[in-house]
Amino acid sequence: MATIPAEIKRNRIGLATSDYKGGKSTLCAGCGHNAISERIIDACYELGLDPHRIIKLSGIGCSSKSPAYFLNRSFGFNAVHGRMPSVATGALLANHTMRAIGVSGDGDTVSIGMGQFVHLMRRNLPMVYIIEDNGVYGLTKGQFSATADLGSKLKTGVVNELPPVDTCALAILCGATFVARSFSGDKRQLSAVLKAALAHRGMAMLDVISPCVTFNDHEGSTKSYQYVKEHEEALQDVDFVPVFDDIHVDYDPGTTTEIQLHDGSRLRLRKLERDFDPQNRKGALSLLTSYHAQGEVLTGVFYINPASPDFTGQLNLVPEPLATLPMDRVRPPQTVLDEIMSSLR
Amino acid sequence: MATSELAVKAPAAPAGDLVNDFSIQVATVNGSGSQSSNLVLLRTLFQMGIPVSGKNLFPSNIAGLPTWYTIRASHRHYIGRKKETDLLVAMNPETARDDVAGLRPNAAVIYDEPLRLDAQRQDLIFYPVPFDKIVAGVCPEAKLRKLVRNMIYVGVVGELLGMDWAETEKAVRRQFRRKQKAADLNWAAVAAGRDYAQQHLTKRDRCRLERMNETAGQIIIDGNAAAALGCLFAGVTVVAWYPITPSSSLCESLIEYLRKYRIDSATGQATFAAVQAEDELSALGMVLGAGWMGARAMTSTSGPGLSLMAEFTGLGYYAEIPAVIFDIQRVGPSTGLPTRTAQGDVSFTAGLSHGDTRHVVLLPGTARECYELAMRAFDLAEQLQTPVFVLSDLDLGMNNWMAEPFPYPEQPLQRGKVLTAGDLERLGGFARYRDVDGDGIPYRTLPGTDHPQAAFFTRGSGHNDQGQYSEKAADYKDNVDRLLRKFQTARSLVPPAIVERQGVGAHGVIAYGSTHFPLLESLDQLREKQGIDAAYLRLRAYPFGPEIAAFVRAHEVVYVVEQNRDGQMYDLLRLDLPAELAARLRSVRCYDGLPVDARSITETIVHLQD
Repeated sequence: MATIPAEIKRNRIGLATSDYKGGKSTLCAGCGHNAISERIIDACYELGLDPHRIIKLSGIGCSSKSPAYFLNRSFGFNAVHGRMPSVATGALLANHTMRAIGVSGDGDTVSIGMGQFVHLMRRNLPMVYIIEDNGVYGLTKGQFSATADLGSKLKTGVVNELPPVDTCALAILCGATFVARSFSGDKRQLSAVLKAALAHRGMAMLDVISPCVTFNDHEGSTKSYQYVKEHEEALQDVDFVPVFDDIHVDYDPGTTTEIQLHDGSRLRLRKLERDFDPQNRKGALSLLTSYHAQGEVLTGVFYINPASPDFTGQLNLVPEPLATLPMDRVRPPQTVLDEIMSSLR
Repeated sequence: MATSELAVKAPAAPAGDLVNDFSIQVATVNGSGSQSSNLVLLRTLFQMGIPVSGKNLFPSNIAGLPTWYTIRASHRHYIGRKKETDLLVAMNPETARDDVAGLRPNAAVIYDEPLRLDAQRQDLIFYPVPFDKIVAGVCPEAKLRKLVRNMIYVGVVGELLGMDWAETEKAVRRQFRRKQKAADLNWAAVAAGRDYAQQHLTKRDRCRLERMNETAGQIIIDGNAAAALGCLFAGVTVVAWYPITPSSSLCESLIEYLRKYRIDSATGQATFAAVQAEDELSALGMVLGAGWMGARAMTSTSGPGLSLMAEFTGLGYYAEIPAVIFDIQRVGPSTGLPTRTAQGDVSFTAGLSHGDTRHVVLLPGTARECYELAMRAFDLAEQLQTPVFVLSDLDLGMNNWMAEPFPYPEQPLQRGKVLTAGDLERLGGFARYRDVDGDGIPYRTLPGTDHPQAAFFTRGSGHNDQGQYSEKAADYKDNVDRLLRKFQTARSLVPPAIVERQGVGAHGVIAYGSTHFPLLESLDQLREKQGIDAAYLRLRAYPFGPEIAAFVRAHEVVYVVEQNRDGQMYDLLRLDLPAELAARLRSVRCYDGLPVDARSITETIVHLQD
């Protein structure tokens, strides 16, 4: 480890922000994805996560390039288009003690990757799955994706005539146990949501609206900075209190919901306009549907269920990583082979 | 040139008794419970010490379509399919006429009396049996009759052939070992068939059984279960699969074994994870994720699934991730004949995925090799850091084979070039894709390794030797050239081809996989009837070792026998051998979806002499 000058701030495990940095981004200047990478770096630093205990995975596309731009000391896997969920599943089965961050895009998830996405949610795999959602294919120069809003217009003037898929509603329906939407430009909310997602044990699906400055940030686009700023409605104020922080109260208890996460940390949601219960699946789905009809972008934590067993837990694996179990624990003894052979005689 | 283009005439049946040398074909309807009856017949012969094999020719259907089961007794240890049927048990009214029409003169037919098959031909021996009448006598409960009706033919066949009834009863009780009542009922049905035959049938055919001592200590197992055992003893920890005929039983057997032997009885905790994936793409994705993490991971599939795995296989090859993939081949292209056998995925597998890719492919030829090469596949995948394929097929995988009991592995697991935190401290870091040892195989770390320099980035895009994204021409070329070097290294690591038979003269034969047993028989036919004493080299892996060129060099003409239309292994050999040796190869191809039989091979080779 490089020597760090004394004045540099360190987190609870003695690492500096620089220990969480990645390579230089090759995405367009101003791309929402870069802001999300920054928030991931901040969240991991602030939570004091061990970078070598993290795996970062992605599919293909602009979004999927971004794992190279955060957490250089973590193990990265840039898989094939739309199929990161299966790679993440195998990796976590092989070592369920690792923490996983998956980064995908709307094309990577909702078009080519829809099949794997749905099953990933259904399995409640313990990982954070981020969709960097801009409604457009950036890397192939601006075709519509399946999250593009009905009536949104490309620079070329082409209008989208098919309805979008709501990834949050879909994730809730399929079995994800932490579902939120945020905006790459909302530093405070995104940080809190990310930290809570990292503390959650189960599938944490974050749809982060992340405008494409090159192909989808013009008037007529419903995923432009301007549109989201004007139409975003935050469901609640999100505050995350890690387990190692002193508990302090910012909010009037009468208007907050507090959820204890797997590791003992707490997620506080300050209610804004309505009496919303984020542990009510049906309510979350109904809210998402009604906001969508109004053309509003609702952000916040829609659904959270900290009690549901995750996939690796359901398989009842030994506590140690399967990947590195010694031979005497994975190769049965000679007596077992003898027993099987005599049963076949 | 292919067998299907030849008019192969059935030779006349030899004169005299056929003692322990005949084949029985049972024609039934899928889903009628005939499998138990057939296994009882098979096991009775096996327990009588007679070399035996059983082959199930079944439809892609759960119930109602025709199915045939062939049992062959062979004192000469021929356990490949025999083309001719000596004794037909015609239970299926739908196919009975065709089944009878296909027999050669003097064959025997046991048939359901109301079918009146005896009127069809004068040159066969007919044994009518009133199955419904007999079953009503032993099984008062009408709803159970359907289940035991087929057991009656076991008794009839046994009486005609001279089966050892003590062995038959043992086989019945073994078959229904968990259900005393069912065992009693089925045994009663066998006895009723036996009694009927004793009282009403006069033996006129020439098939006869005599006790031998040729199966003592042996086991009966299908290739898929054998491969599953290989995975179990290779210490597999992650299994991801998608059901597809004929591979499903491999993972199903494996999961059964894992549940029995790899769950801690005290805690209930498993040292494995098994997932039924949503499709084959996902199955291989999971295997690659697990292999990257350092686990021994496998999947099994068949042709259509293999097609879906092409993309991930390319990633595994280029990103250098261990994976073990079993392909239990069936007849393609497309959906093809899902329940028929072929060796048709050879060239597709060898270069699966786009771009310059080459894969290590293991070729088990026996049930025991399904076990042994499964274990080797895991070692090779980790030693070479690449996907390794094991090509079996429906015949080898799903049919029952006699085998010597499998030996316990002597070698510890070969986990390949993995650097620990301590190694990194000593070395001061590493470059993921650098050829340090000159064998093309780089070093890797496992995710989770606690060292600031342990991490690397895995990607299917172009990369330099540190795993960093690179589009530089030199980086690309260095990398793919190193991958080719690694493939050359594989030649010396894969199981070498075996000279199964030394010949005399100019002729050699090369074969692999399930062609092995019928080929052994064909070699005898060629020697005894044609005077061709050919040597036989059995391939066990791709890439080819130097022993293959040496074999070809030692013979003037070398027949490459395989079960596909295009001579896929023949093509791979021609690409690999020097031109003067490639010119010595002749392609022999049998590909009608049935397990290849010796006579078809022999006829084709004889035809090529002209």
